[in-house]
Amino acid sequence: MLTIEDLHVKIGDTEVLKGVNLQINEGETFILFGPNGSGKTSLLMTLMGFAGYKVTKGKIIFKGKDITDAPIYERARLGIGMSFQRPPTIHGLRTRHLVKMCSRNGEVNPELLAQTVNLSDFLDRDINAGFSGGEIKRSELLQLMAQQPDLVLFDEPESGVDMENMQLVGKVARDMLDGNINVVPDLSHKERKARAKTAGLIITHTGYILDYVNADRGQVLYKGHLCCQGRPRDILDHIRQHGYQECVRCMN
Amino acid sequence: MSKVDLSEFKFEGLQQEAISDLNSLPEEDKEQLLMAGVVADQTMRSASYLQMDHSAVHCQSSDDGVEIMDIKVALEKYEGLKEYFWTLVDKDKDEFTKAAHDNLHGGYFIRVKTGAKIKDPIQSCLMLKSENVGQNVHNLVIIEEGAEAHIITGCSVAHGTKGGAHLGISEFFVKKNASLTFTMVHNWDENVTVRPRTSGVVEEGGKFLSNYVLLKPVKDLQMYPEITMNGPHSVARFNSVVVAPKGSYLDMGNRVIMNAPHTRCEIIARTISSGGTIINRGHIGANCVPSKGHLECQGLILGEGRIWAIPELDGTAEGVELSHEASVGKIAQDEIEYLMARGLDEEEATSTIVRGFLNIDIMGLPPQLQKAIDKQIQELQSSDAM
Repeated sequence: MLTIEDLHVKIGDTEVLKGVNLQINEGETFILFGPNGSGKTSLLMTLMGFAGYKVTKGKIIFKGKDITDAPIYERARLGIGMSFQRPPTIHGLRTRHLVKMCSRNGEVNPELLAQTVNLSDFLDRDINAGFSGGEIKRSELLQLMAQQPDLVLFDEPESGVDMENMQLVGKVARDMLDGNINVVPDLSHKERKARAKTAGLIITHTGYILDYVNADRGQVLYKGHLCCQGRPRDILDHIRQHGYQECVRCMN
Repeated sequence: MSKVDLSEFKFEGLQQEAISDLNSLPEEDKEQLLMAGVVADQTMRSASYLQMDHSAVHCQSSDDGVEIMDIKVALEKYEGLKEYFWTLVDKDKDEFTKAAHDNLHGGYFIRVKTGAKIKDPIQSCLMLKSENVGQNVHNLVIIEEGAEAHIITGCSVAHGTKGGAHLGISEFFVKKNASLTFTMVHNWDENVTVRPRTSGVVEEGGKFLSNYVLLKPVKDLQMYPEITMNGPHSVARFNSVVVAPKGSYLDMGNRVIMNAPHTRCEIIARTISSGGTIINRGHIGANCVPSKGHLECQGLILGEGRIWAIPELDGTAEGVELSHEASVGKIAQDEIEYLMARGLDEEEATSTIVRGFLNIDIMGLPPQLQKAIDKQIQELQSSDAM
C-alpha cells in the first residue's frame, strides 16, 4: 500500500531524514519508535505533504501512485489520513461541520460517530478551541472515522492524554485499524467498506499505545535513519531495558 | 478621515409617499431590506419603522410595550424631548451633526415601557431611495427601567440607487436594569458616504449589547459610537464583523467609558480587507473599580488592502482590569494545511476558514437574518471581492 524509497528530507538546511526505506502492506499496522527529535514527526509530515518538508531524494508511492510531489488534499483523497498532535483552532468552524466535510461523499452521521468518542457535546463547538489533550485526540479520531482513510498516520497517540482518555483513544484507534467502526448503520455497502482493515503507521516514543493496538511490525527511527526491525513488543522491551542509545550500536 | 463635500448631495425636497404595508414594496427593495435584516412580514416583529430619503414612510407597533414614531412627531408630542434630544451628542461636533441639527428629515423614536419584555425584535430601516440623496436622521432609543428589547436596524440603499450620503445621529438611554440588544446591518453601495454619530448611556444593572455587520462595499464610512456606563453592575458588549473590498474606506470602532464600579465591557471586532482600508479603533476607559474590560481586534488581509488597528486602554484607578488583543495578518498556513489533510483543496480550505472568521453565531440573531447574512457571505466569496 505504501512504499517509501530512499527518502531524504530537509527542513531548511538541515537534513532530518537520511535515506528511509519502508513498506507498509494493506491492512497492516506498523509502529515506529524513536526518541524526541529522531525525525518521526518529520516522516509523517512528509508523507502527508506539508510545506517546509523538502524531499531532496527518493520517493513515496501510495497505492501504486508516486505522490512525492502531490498536494496534501490529493493524498488525503487517495486515502491517507492523519491524526495531528497539535492541531490549530479554527474560529467559527463547528466540529460538526468539519466532520461532515471530512467525509467527501457526505454520508456520515456526526452524532453517531461523536458518541463513539464521547464528544457529543463538542459538535457545536469551534474545532479545537480550548480542547484538552484527550479531547484533541478524540476529535482527531472523530474526523478520521468520517474520512475513512485506507492508511492512518498516528502522531504520538498517547501524548498529553490521561489514563481514562487513553483507554478510549486506544480502543477507538484499534477499532479503526481493525475496521470495526460503523460509519452509517444502514448502508450495507459502507459497512462492507468499513469492515475492511485499515493500514496504520503509528509513531510513538513511549510505546504505551501497544497496550491497545495490535501492531504487526515495528522499527526504530534514530537520527533520521531506520534501524532495528522486529516485533513491536520485542523492540519496546529492548528500548525499555537499554534505551535508544543501543540503536546507535545496532546501526553500526 | 477623508473629506466629504456635502454640497454634492440633495438635502432638500426628496419626500416619499407613505407605505401602509411593507409588502407593497417592489421585490428588489424588499430584498435590499432583507439583506439589512428588515422583513416585510411583520408578524415576526413587534414594531417597524421605515425612513426613505427625507420621509418617514412607515411606522407601526403591534406591541403595547413599544412606542415607535417619527422623531419629528415625538418632538412635538413630548415638547422637544428636552431630557434626551441632543443631550449625548454635541450638535456642534462637526459639519455632519450640524447638518442633522439644522435640517432634520426624520429618524425613529423608540421607547420601550417600564418593565416591558419585548419578545419579537423591533425593526427599523433607513433607506436611500433617490439618486444622490443626502439624508439627515436623528434616532432616539429609550429603554425604561427593567424593560428588554432587541432592535434590528438596517441601513440600505434601494435597488438601483448608486450614490448618496447618510448622516445619522443616534442617542441611546438604557435605564436601570434594562437591556437593549442593538443589531445594525449596513447594506450600502460603492458610492455611499456614511456618517453616523452615536452615543449612549447605561444605568445601574443595565445591559447594552451591540452587533454590527457590514459585508457590502461602501465608499466612505466613519463612525465611533460611544457608550458610557454610569451605573454599577452594568454590562456593555460590542461584536462587529466587517469586510472592506476594494474601494471601501472604513474608519470605525467602539468606545466605552466605565464610570461606575462593578462594570464589565467587551469589544470584539473581526475585520477583513480584500482591497479596502479599515481603520479599526477601540477604546476602553475605566475610572472606577472593580471594572473589567477586554478589547479584541482581529484583522485579515486577503490579497491586498490595509487594516490599521488602534486599540486603546485608559485606566485611571488602581485595580482596573483592562486587556486587549490585536492582530493583523493573513490566513494561517497551518489552518489551511489542517483542512487540506482532510481532503479540502486549497480554495475550499481558505473559504471555510474565512466563513468561520466571519461567523456571527455568537450574536444570536433571528434565523431569517442569520440566513440573509450567510447568503451575503456566500455571494461575497463567489464574487471577485475575496
